[in-house]
Amino acid sequence: MSSYFLKRILYVIPITLAVSFFCFSLVHLSPGDPMDAVVSPDAPSEVVAMVQRAYGFDRPLPEQFGLWVSRAVQGDLGMSAANGRAVTTEVFSALKNTLLLAVAASMIGFTLGCTFGALAGYYQGSLLDRIVTGFAVGGVSVPHYWLGMLLVIIFSVELNWLPSSGAGPGSSSDWSFEWAYLRHLILPAVTLSVIPMGVVTRTVRAMVADILAHEFVEALRAKGLAERRIFLHVIKNVAPTALAVMGLQLGYLLGGSILVETVFSWPGTGLLLNNAIFQRDLPILQGTILILALFFVALNLMVDLVQARLDPRIQRG
Amino acid sequence: MVYKKMVAALRHLRQTKRIALVSVGVAFFATPAMSEDQVLRIAMTASDIPLTTGQPDSGFEGYRFLGYTIYDALINWDMSSAEDVSGLTPGLAESWEVDAEDSRIWTFTLREGVAFHDGSEWNADAAIWNLDKIYDEDAEQFDARQAGNVRGRIPSMDGYEKVDDYTIQFTTSEPDAWFPYQLSFLLFSSPAQWEALGGDWDAFASAPSGTGPFKLTRLVPRERAVLEPNLEYWDEERVPRLTRLELIPMPESSSRTSALLSDQVDWIESPAPDAIPRMQSQGIEITSNPYPHTWPYQFSMQEGSPWRDINVRKAANLAVDREGLEAMLGGLMVPAVGIVTPDHPWYGEPTFETRYDPEEAIRLLAESGFSPENPVEIKVLISTSGSGQMQPLAMNEYIQQNLAEVGIALDFEVLDWESLFPNWRRGADDASSRGAHATNITFAWLDPFSAFYRFMHSSMAPPNGFNWGYMDDPEYDRLLDEARVTFDQTEQDAILAEFHARMVDDAAWLWVAHDVGPRAMQPRVKGFVQAKNWFQDLTPVYIEE
Repeated sequence: MSSYFLKRILYVIPITLAVSFFCFSLVHLSPGDPMDAVVSPDAPSEVVAMVQRAYGFDRPLPEQFGLWVSRAVQGDLGMSAANGRAVTTEVFSALKNTLLLAVAASMIGFTLGCTFGALAGYYQGSLLDRIVTGFAVGGVSVPHYWLGMLLVIIFSVELNWLPSSGAGPGSSSDWSFEWAYLRHLILPAVTLSVIPMGVVTRTVRAMVADILAHEFVEALRAKGLAERRIFLHVIKNVAPTALAVMGLQLGYLLGGSILVETVFSWPGTGLLLNNAIFQRDLPILQGTILILALFFVALNLMVDLVQARLDPRIQRG
Repeated sequence: MVYKKMVAALRHLRQTKRIALVSVGVAFFATPAMSEDQVLRIAMTASDIPLTTGQPDSGFEGYRFLGYTIYDALINWDMSSAEDVSGLTPGLAESWEVDAEDSRIWTFTLREGVAFHDGSEWNADAAIWNLDKIYDEDAEQFDARQAGNVRGRIPSMDGYEKVDDYTIQFTTSEPDAWFPYQLSFLLFSSPAQWEALGGDWDAFASAPSGTGPFKLTRLVPRERAVLEPNLEYWDEERVPRLTRLELIPMPESSSRTSALLSDQVDWIESPAPDAIPRMQSQGIEITSNPYPHTWPYQFSMQEGSPWRDINVRKAANLAVDREGLEAMLGGLMVPAVGIVTPDHPWYGEPTFETRYDPEEAIRLLAESGFSPENPVEIKVLISTSGSGQMQPLAMNEYIQQNLAEVGIALDFEVLDWESLFPNWRRGADDASSRGAHATNITFAWLDPFSAFYRFMHSSMAPPNGFNWGYMDDPEYDRLLDEARVTFDQTEQDAILAEFHARMVDDAAWLWVAHDVGPRAMQPRVKGFVQAKNWFQDLTPVYIEE
C-alpha cells in the first residue's frame, strides 16, 4: 500500500519539471517581444538595451531557463515586465481570489450535480431524469462568457440587484464574508458552476444507473434491505469516480476561468493571465501557468490518494 | 443587436406580472444610496493601475489619470477649453527662454512657493534629482522603469544643470524649437518622500508624492487607485472639487458598459459604440470632442509599391466615403483630410481637396492603366483591435469595398495589435511586414515631432523612427528641418502649414478619420470640459446630488 503512495508521489517530480519546461518554452515560442511590455514603442534602441539588461532578456534562452528554475525553486518567479512587481506576490494575491471563486462555484456545482445526478440515475427513464439530463447537456454546452454577460444584463443592468464586476466595494484585499462582498461573488460563481454541475450530473447519473443494474443490488434487495440502505451502497460505489471527476473539474475551474474572470473583472489568475497575454508580460505568464499547473498536479495527486483509500482495488491495479 | 433584443425582452418582462417580485427584490438588494461625499469612480481601459512613481506607463491613459493628476511637468498642457486647440501652459516652470547666442541652451525659471504632497520644497535641487532619476544610471535614485517610460519622449535632451535655487538650464543635442513639448512628459516626484521610504521605488509607488492637484492615498495593484485632493495646490483655480477620485482598471468594454449601467462607476472611458443608444436612453451622457489623433494608411514608398504612383494615392483618397464611415460609427469620428484637422494652424492651404469623388478616382486610375475590372493589387497590415485603432475590422472592410469600386483591390494581412505595433519601427522592408504596401496604425500628434517629423523625415527611416514606408523627399526634409530651428511660434506654424499642405497635395498617405474620444458618464457628473487633447482635467469635475 505504501509503495503505491510513494510511487504516486514520486511521479510528481518529472511531471513538475516537464511542466516548467513547457511553461517556459511556450511563452517564448509565441509571437511578440517581451520588451514591448516594458518600454514605449518610440523608445530609442539604447533605452531598449538598457531595460533589456535590467530584466535579463538579453541572455541566451537556456541561461534564462536555468536562472528561472533555480530562482523558482526558492520561490522567486522574477518580476512582472509590465509593472515591476514581484511575480510571486502578484500570482498568489490573484490565486487567493481565484480559489475563493472556484470553491464557491464548485460548492454550487458539485452539490447540485450530485443531487440531480443521483436522483436522475435512481429514477432513470422518468420525466425527472429527462429534465435533469436536458439541463446537464445545456450546462455542459453553454459558453461561460455568454452566460456571464446574460446574467450581468439581467441581474446588474436591468434589475440592479447584484454588482456586475469587481470583488467587493473596496478591493479584494479587504475581502470579508459580509453581504457587501458576497454579493460580488454570486454572479461569477453561478456562471462558473454551470459546467461542473453538468459534468458531475451526467457522471453521477450514469454511474448510479449502471450500479443499480448490478447483480449485487438485486441480492441486497432479496435479502430484504431497505431502499435507503441500498442507495447508500450505490453511492459508496459511485464515490471514487465522482470524486475523480470533481477533482478534475476543480482543477479546470482554477485554470479555466479566464473568460468568466474577464467578464466580471474578478481579480484572479484568469484575469491576470488574460492581461499578461495582451501585454506580453512573460514573467507573469510563466509564473501563473507554472503555479496553476502545479496546483493541478497536486490536486490530481490528492484525488488519486483519496480514491485509493476509498477503493483498495486501485492500489493493486 | 442581440444585446438590444434581450434588453427589450427584459423590459417587457418587467412591465408584466413580475413587477411585484422585482420591486421586492430591489428593496432587498439595492445598493445603498451614495453619501454626500464628492466621489467620482472612473473605469479606465487599462488592465492595471498605471505606474504611480512619476513617469506613468500605459500610454497616454497613464498620463491622463496617474500622471497629470498626482504630478506636474515644468510645462503643463492647457486643458481648460473645449473649443481651442489645447496648447502648453507654465507648470513647475514660470517661464523659459532659448539662448540668443546658442539655440541649444534653454533656461527655465522655476515656480517658487510650490511644495510636494509630503511638504518638502520644490526647487532646482529637486528638479536635478529627478533628471538624474531618469538619465544618470549611476545615481542612487536611478529607476530603469521610469527612464524606459519617458526617455524616448524627450529625444533632444543632451544635458542639464542647476544655475541657482530656482533656475535650471537644459542643453539639447541640436537646436530644437519643439523641446518644450517634449518636457511636458517629464514629471517630478519628491526626493524627500523617496528618502523617507528608504530609497525604494516600489514603496514610493504605494505612497507617491508629487506637486499635482491630487494625492494618491491608496493603491491596490490591478484593482483600484484612490486619490484625494491636494488642497494646497499651487494653482488655486485648479484645486479639485471632488473629495475622492477612484480609478478602476477595466479593459473589457462590455464590462465597463455594464458597470456604468448598473451604477457601479460614474464615468467610463471608451464606451462600446453599440451600447451608446442604450446608455443615452438611461440618461447617461456621452461626451466627445476631436483630439490630436489620426487613423490613416501609411504607405510604403519602396521599389515595387503601387503607392509610388501619385494617381493611385490620390484615387485612394478620393474613393473613401468618409461620411458613410462616420454614419457606420454612429457619428463617433471626424473625417480626416490630412494629418491635422483643417482648423489647426498647421493645416495650411492645400490645392488638392481630399473628398469623396469616385468618378475622379476612376479617371485617375485609368491614366495609370487600372480599372475596377483590372484593379491595382495592394496589401495592407491591419489589426483586430488596439489602443486608438477604433473599430479596425469594420472600418477596413468598409474602405476595402470603397476602393474596390474604383479599381484598388485591397488584401489584408490581419495581425493582433501586439504584433502590428512593434512592426511600425521595423519598417516595410522587414520580414514581419510580409510584403505589405501600407500599415494601418493610429497615432497621437500633440507636437510637430510626433505629428510629422518621425514619419516624414528621411532620417527617421527604420530603425530610427516611424518612417515605416521609407518616405524620402528632400523638400519635406528641408521644411521640417527649418521648422525645427524656427523659435518664433508664428513663423514655425507657417512653415509647418506649408509642409502639411504639400503633403496633402502629394496625397502622401490615405487619411481616413480622427477619433473623438467618447466617454460616458452618469448625469450627476458635472463640470467636465473635454479638451481637444489626449489628457483631460479632472479638477473642475463635481457630483451634483
